[in-house]
Amino acid sequence: MTLRIPRRGLAQAFALIVILMIDRAVSPQFFNLHLQDGRLFGSVIDVLNRGTPVALLSLGMVLVIATGGIDLSVGAVMAIAGATAASLADTHSLPVVIASALGVGLVCGLWNGILVAILRIQPIVATLILMVAGRGIAQLITEGRIVTFTSPDLVWIGNGAVFGLPMPIVIAIGMLLVTAAVVRGSALGLLIEATGGNARASELSGVGTRAMILSVYVWCGLCASLAGVIAAADIMGADANNAGLWLELDAILAVVIGGTSLFGGRFSLVLAVAGALIIQAMNTGILLSGYPPELNLLVKAVVVLAVLLAQSPRLGDLSRFTARWRRTKP
Amino acid sequence: MKASTSVAITAFVLVAGFALCALQFPNIASTRVVANLLTDNAFLGIVAAGMTFVIISGGIDLSVGSVIGFTTVFVALAIERWGIPPFAAFALVLVLCALFGAAMGAVIHVFDLPPFIVTLAGMFLARGVSFLLSTESIPISAPIYSAVSDFAIRLPGGGRLTAIAIAMLVILVLCALLLHLTRFGANVYALGGSRAATALMGIPVGPMTIRIYMLSSVLAGLAGIVFSFYTAAGYSLSAVGVELDTIAAVVIGGTLLTGGQGSVIGTFLGVLIQGMIQTYINFDGTLSSWWTKIATGVLLFVFIALQQGLMALARRSSVKPAGAKPVGART
Repeated sequence: MTLRIPRRGLAQAFALIVILMIDRAVSPQFFNLHLQDGRLFGSVIDVLNRGTPVALLSLGMVLVIATGGIDLSVGAVMAIAGATAASLADTHSLPVVIASALGVGLVCGLWNGILVAILRIQPIVATLILMVAGRGIAQLITEGRIVTFTSPDLVWIGNGAVFGLPMPIVIAIGMLLVTAAVVRGSALGLLIEATGGNARASELSGVGTRAMILSVYVWCGLCASLAGVIAAADIMGADANNAGLWLELDAILAVVIGGTSLFGGRFSLVLAVAGALIIQAMNTGILLSGYPPELNLLVKAVVVLAVLLAQSPRLGDLSRFTARWRRTKP
Repeated sequence: MKASTSVAITAFVLVAGFALCALQFPNIASTRVVANLLTDNAFLGIVAAGMTFVIISGGIDLSVGSVIGFTTVFVALAIERWGIPPFAAFALVLVLCALFGAAMGAVIHVFDLPPFIVTLAGMFLARGVSFLLSTESIPISAPIYSAVSDFAIRLPGGGRLTAIAIAMLVILVLCALLLHLTRFGANVYALGGSRAATALMGIPVGPMTIRIYMLSSVLAGLAGIVFSFYTAAGYSLSAVGVELDTIAAVVIGGTLLTGGQGSVIGTFLGVLIQGMIQTYINFDGTLSSWWTKIATGVLLFVFIALQQGLMALARRSSVKPAGAKPVGART
């Protein structure tokens, strides 16, 4: 397996470094790390740790968007999986808890996938159904309460550490490696990109587009449920109303910042995760700087606009046009 | 599929649902409950009318909830802190909303970007600005607010048709006229049918896109003003997630999210269906509020499946007259 390092990653790497430098400027001890009880602490670790849920969501979302789709339901799936995990945590063993939460995510993904691939409903509409109903289902599981648990096993998923690295980070890195190995280690990634590029043409040339589309939504549901388990483990409880609220938008944003076009056809897993880290580094930076967190949304809006304009096909035309104009000028 | 078919189905579901509710709780069938239904959903009806235009033209507007939030905060601050007369404040906020919508439409058209992500940025922007203005709830005590909330037309049976319910009905009628009887409305349908063909026909696609998003934002601003009358306060967190309820109402009302087909009356029925689910759950008492979300989701699914099925039928029947066998339907 060769991990392609795309040239187009330079802009994202540059943006991440600039934001980290700004963070360093507002908070001089930003890069300080210290080890306590076998776990690393520090602002950088915090960025990675807090960025995990969105990073996991974007791992699923980037594949969905690569097929030309979109999944609005990931936040709701997080809430359902978190509710499932939290309500089982104190009565069942950890493998059962995780398996049921992931199973729920798988079923949610399958539902979305069937609507999009088999019933051929537009992705934004198909996933809107679960986005609206999903939070209701999560509340049904928790009976409207915030379900708390004490199971140390599940808490360890949120707060434990392996070789000093917090568990969520380890899980996210693991998922990135697994996804990259499966998708880029075989022709699968290419087939997904073909489906997104032109579904009809790829079907005629023998690509199982239905299977491709179905499986990316299932993968997206699975990633979302994992993010839900981590979010629940982190706060030792499940809040059906607020778990994963608006994270679907952050995940889409991360994918777009990662240079993946919303029209589908090509994608980069690493850059989507980098997009998630850029968003989190921004959030953490605003918190550290002491500016009101209300500024967060405004900064995000400006970043989205900047990224959009940079990616706009029209802007490309414009720069080519001016370059030609400059050449023809004597 | 004819547009009238889907509106008829929506109307049938509304009437049948209402009959079922009334069968279980006879009190539901009173002018009091129906008038309350209109009052409680007035702001949703107004913002959904604007969303109908956007969706028929093949776009989507995720920013409407944030625009409502911004409007309530701005109006409250303008009246209570800055001492601007209420009507001047309303005019000012509507102008701001119009500029905001026009800017989104311009970015979508000029840079050829997906409306989903542009209005997502708009959503962050509007909510961010309202957070910056104020994060606390600001009560509005201007005399016009109490005058308006006292005003109501008494209906036989004890119902009160409030000022904001009347405002919604008037706006819906105006929007229906604009969509179904004017050149502007015809162009909106054309845009949703095919952008390229519309441009070739000589319809100015850019100005149309700008005007459609402007209309949506202005109606969201009006909905915000109505919302501020409804709660007599401005709060930056108000109307979070309303864009979803709005899109759901529009889709249940028979408007295709792919564009090109839909109606304002269908949207109005869609809003009423959502309100009816809420009313039923309130009446029942044993069902909890989360059943509203699940029921809305189920209804969304039923309507989308219906639309999909009807469209497949329409495709099949349009093939038949040609005398050919249905072309191997692998699309």
